[in-house]
Amino acid sequence: MDKITIDKSKCIYCGGCTSVCPVNALELMETYVLCDQDKCIKCSNCVKFCPVGAISLK
Amino acid sequence: MGYFSRLAQEKYDVIIVGAGPGGSIAARDCAKLGLKTLVVEKRQEVGAPVRCGEGLGEVWIKKASLEYDPTWCIWKSEGVAIYTPSGRRFEVIPKNKGYVIERKMFEKKLAADAIRKGARYMIKARVYDVIKEKDKIAGVRVETPEGKFDIGSKMVIAADGVDSKTAKYAGLNTANAITEVDSGYEYEMSGLKMDRPDLIHIYIGTEIAPRGYVWIFPKGRDIANVGIGIAGNSEKAAKEYLDKFIEAHPDIFTDSTGYEIKGGCIPVGVPIKKPYASGLLIIGDAAHMVNPIHGGGMGCSMEAAVIAAKTAKEAVEKNDFSESFLKKYAELWFEQRGNQLHDVWKVRRFFEKLSDKDFDILADFFTPETLLEFSDGKKLTVFLKLFAKHPKIAMVAAATLR
Repeated sequence: MDKITIDKSKCIYCGGCTSVCPVNALELMETYVLCDQDKCIKCSNCVKFCPVGAISLK
Repeated sequence: MGYFSRLAQEKYDVIIVGAGPGGSIAARDCAKLGLKTLVVEKRQEVGAPVRCGEGLGEVWIKKASLEYDPTWCIWKSEGVAIYTPSGRRFEVIPKNKGYVIERKMFEKKLAADAIRKGARYMIKARVYDVIKEKDKIAGVRVETPEGKFDIGSKMVIAADGVDSKTAKYAGLNTANAITEVDSGYEYEMSGLKMDRPDLIHIYIGTEIAPRGYVWIFPKGRDIANVGIGIAGNSEKAAKEYLDKFIEAHPDIFTDSTGYEIKGGCIPVGVPIKKPYASGLLIIGDAAHMVNPIHGGGMGCSMEAAVIAAKTAKEAVEKNDFSESFLKKYAELWFEQRGNQLHDVWKVRRFFEKLSDKDFDILADFFTPETLLEFSDGKKLTVFLKLFAKHPKIAMVAAATLR
């Protein structure tokens, strides 16, 4: 099944994605972002939002 | 005893989550008013990484009882040059000047000052929950390099930014709708050729930056923050639009490169209606206290921090941390700023519904003075009448400015 994947080489750990997650599944951990796949509802808000295109649903 | 354990064993009057400009001004004022104050910050360095265009109006510096300091007020801006989609240039020189600041230094100075006034700071400490006593927020639960701690306090001020978790742990819905945020991306660059480094430069247009703008905020004669904010649900990533803009302007960028990347989420909706709960106040980006037109949040945040600290002092004195008491903070803030920001939000909605051609019509319509008034959300009913001359703009105005 599809899941949120964060490309660490692209991520600038700005944390913006965590601000648009409606279910609080993302958390910025200083230099990377954690995604709680159990909470994630695959709405793709974070995918659309990411300023550097580091997040995908695949 | 270690740095974290020592701070964690104390009980506090106020715990402030987040050491940005809002958190540190709140900490300074709480400490000055005699409250035992702890700031808890997730990052291991106050000030970095920066997620900001770093523009700050002089007026906000005064409002926060700060003084001009050349270590962080590093470049003065006399005004703004706005470029319409067809390339017309519109210059606005307001009475109130602004600075482009060095935010890393700014935040460090604010923290150092708050500590001098008596506040304590715990960095590299992530709040993973709040402590609730009955329905009242009575402290935070933190994860630190020395382990997890429960730290008790009479109340909490959430100043943890647009990605605030504290308010959510307390049960408030502070989530940002994807349509009500901008996605921001920025390079700090050197080697730029700018004809007017004394102005900030704003480029608008749906091809350049959908529902947003590209900015050049000079930090020196040939250095600047070059950034972009676009609607959070735009088709392409902000980086793509900005890189395209830089490529399209070799006159400015040929001999330049970036030496810092900054990014982030800019709340451009309306402030949350209820920035408080029993034992909790929410300030700044965490409560979406941001100017929805230009996306500036430092000033609003510091202004709210001053009000929050006064309210916290009164709450401690009266030993009353109930919602009905803390509501006072929200009433004061909405009167002073929030209601105005709500009108600025209407103006943002007006602008976002216009086509590139409409912007050129507007360039003839506005004088620098009236544009300033309008973008401050002032006299909206007067503008509504004035727009009647232009059928399409009148329709957009009727749908957004009422």
